[in-house]
Amino acid sequence: MTNAQPTPITTPPKGKPKIGGMARKEERSFYLFILPWIIGFLLFDAGAIIASFGISFTNWSALSAPAYVGTLNYSRLIADQVFYKAMGNSLYYGLGSVGLGTIVSFLLALLLNQNVWGMSLFRTIFYLPSVVSGIAVAILWIMILHQDFGLINSFLAWFGIKGPGWLVQPQWAMPSLILMSLWSAGGSMVIYLAGLQSVPTHLYEAAEIDGADTFQKFWTVTVPMMSPVILYNLIVGFIASIQGFVTVYVMTNGGPANATLVYGLYIYRTAFINFQMGYASALAWVLLVVIILITVVQFIVARYWVYYEGDLKS
Amino acid sequence: MQTPMVYPKRQLGIRGRAIATKVITYVLLLGLSISFILPFLWMVSTSLKLSQDVFTYPPSFFPNSFEWTNYPKGWRVLPFNTFLINSLIVTLSNVAGNVLSCSLVAFGFARLHGRGRNFLFLLLLATLMIPREVTIIPRFLMFSAAGLTNTLWPLVLPAWFGYAFFIFLLRQFFMGIPIDLDHSARIDGANNWQILTQIILPLSQPALASVAIFAFIGNWSNLLDPLIYLRSTELYTLALGLNLFRGQNFTQFNLLMAVSIITLIPVLLMFFFSQKLFVQGVSLTGMGGR
Repeated sequence: MTNAQPTPITTPPKGKPKIGGMARKEERSFYLFILPWIIGFLLFDAGAIIASFGISFTNWSALSAPAYVGTLNYSRLIADQVFYKAMGNSLYYGLGSVGLGTIVSFLLALLLNQNVWGMSLFRTIFYLPSVVSGIAVAILWIMILHQDFGLINSFLAWFGIKGPGWLVQPQWAMPSLILMSLWSAGGSMVIYLAGLQSVPTHLYEAAEIDGADTFQKFWTVTVPMMSPVILYNLIVGFIASIQGFVTVYVMTNGGPANATLVYGLYIYRTAFINFQMGYASALAWVLLVVIILITVVQFIVARYWVYYEGDLKS
Repeated sequence: MQTPMVYPKRQLGIRGRAIATKVITYVLLLGLSISFILPFLWMVSTSLKLSQDVFTYPPSFFPNSFEWTNYPKGWRVLPFNTFLINSLIVTLSNVAGNVLSCSLVAFGFARLHGRGRNFLFLLLLATLMIPREVTIIPRFLMFSAAGLTNTLWPLVLPAWFGYAFFIFLLRQFFMGIPIDLDHSARIDGANNWQILTQIILPLSQPALASVAIFAFIGNWSNLLDPLIYLRSTELYTLALGLNLFRGQNFTQFNLLMAVSIITLIPVLLMFFFSQKLFVQGVSLTGMGGR
């Protein structure tokens, strides 16, 4: 049925099931209702990806006509030290912020899941920072991380510790951004909390009868039951963090010494500051391939640690 | 000699251990809460300080005097009223466009049958994985070719063609509405449009509100698109205006903080009045808002 061509109702092709008039009418409505998305998909997603691939083989400043240069952009990329630096920075940031973020948000969710008094108040407090994002928050954190007048270094000064220049010393700049990302851990915390609350209590009761202590219950019930949610958050979180750059753009603009030049920022600069659309598209395509590879790897590794209910193999 | 050490621990018993767990939990919760709130308090405190008090060593947490005039003063440094209007135009049309287009598409996927429906839905979800950097350059060139750069159109138009996350959220919600309602309406002669507008949408107010809120917040704080498309200052949105302000007056942190706080107010209000909807949206899809 999936291959059936739209043919007149009166002469259905042999061997293919006939679609009733009602079904045909419904199908037409279906396509009509999803039409906005189909147009958007062809224009802004599929069309854009294909166009991007084509542009990556050109030299194009967006002001003059594009010139075909073959694979020149890709060979330039292989020799480009900044490309490796930016990719490394993004992976560093992605691994750091998603890894630590998962641990922090999961811990927060576990804490809140213990029937604590004032749970909704605590949830609000942890969730709020993840809702306010963007430039206002970036400016706030420039202030918090300020070497001399910042909140963190004043706190450290109480204990006689002289804090580093968080955003101005190359070795501290990226850890600072990762630390800052933890402030928004509340977003995934809410997802984990919803997941924790849907773990059936009878599983915990069964584990208790078998003599499991708190840690054993955590590792044998909570983690397996939550693993699909964790996997989802890892994938989406990693994709989001590897391409995000607005915060970095505002806070360090890639500095000091390219220590925070993340991949998205490099693409932005190449395309919209230097107007090298061809090279920027090549960079973007490499990012797409890397993201697909990482996602595939995550799914493959997931077979060994993610548990799906109703999965016979487990 | 080791056994006596173990006894007191055992004597703590189940109840004692439960109390100990509670105490540790609350200590952790309180400590973490304070560290999550402090940045906000610091922001407010800085916004009320005199310029010279911002850079004192050691910094004081509390302002010496409450300079409420920092707020109007900061607001007047740049044409923030214009930026506010631009932000409202962009954000509200994005909310309207997303709610309308995503409702239509979600209804199609939730209620109507057609060949390739499952495949198209998978394709829709797959678009969530596409990095923005890949599409942003062709999009820019497209809007550029259409002569629409340095207008608000590139920030407004895409919302009218649906957004995968919102479509997914609404579709999940629509699927939870009993299909019998559709059937009885159909028997009464209602068409798809009437079923959507008179039965499904009125029953889906929480989900629609979630979409509206996520769309509002996402666009309100969006810096990337304004940064790429807007050149003239009179078209700047609040986020872009704040970026300009930061570039020009990077030492006046008190004014910068004051304006930052003003730009956050709509988001904060929305959050406090509709926190339930946020959480519902999250648990319905298992995804965050971005």
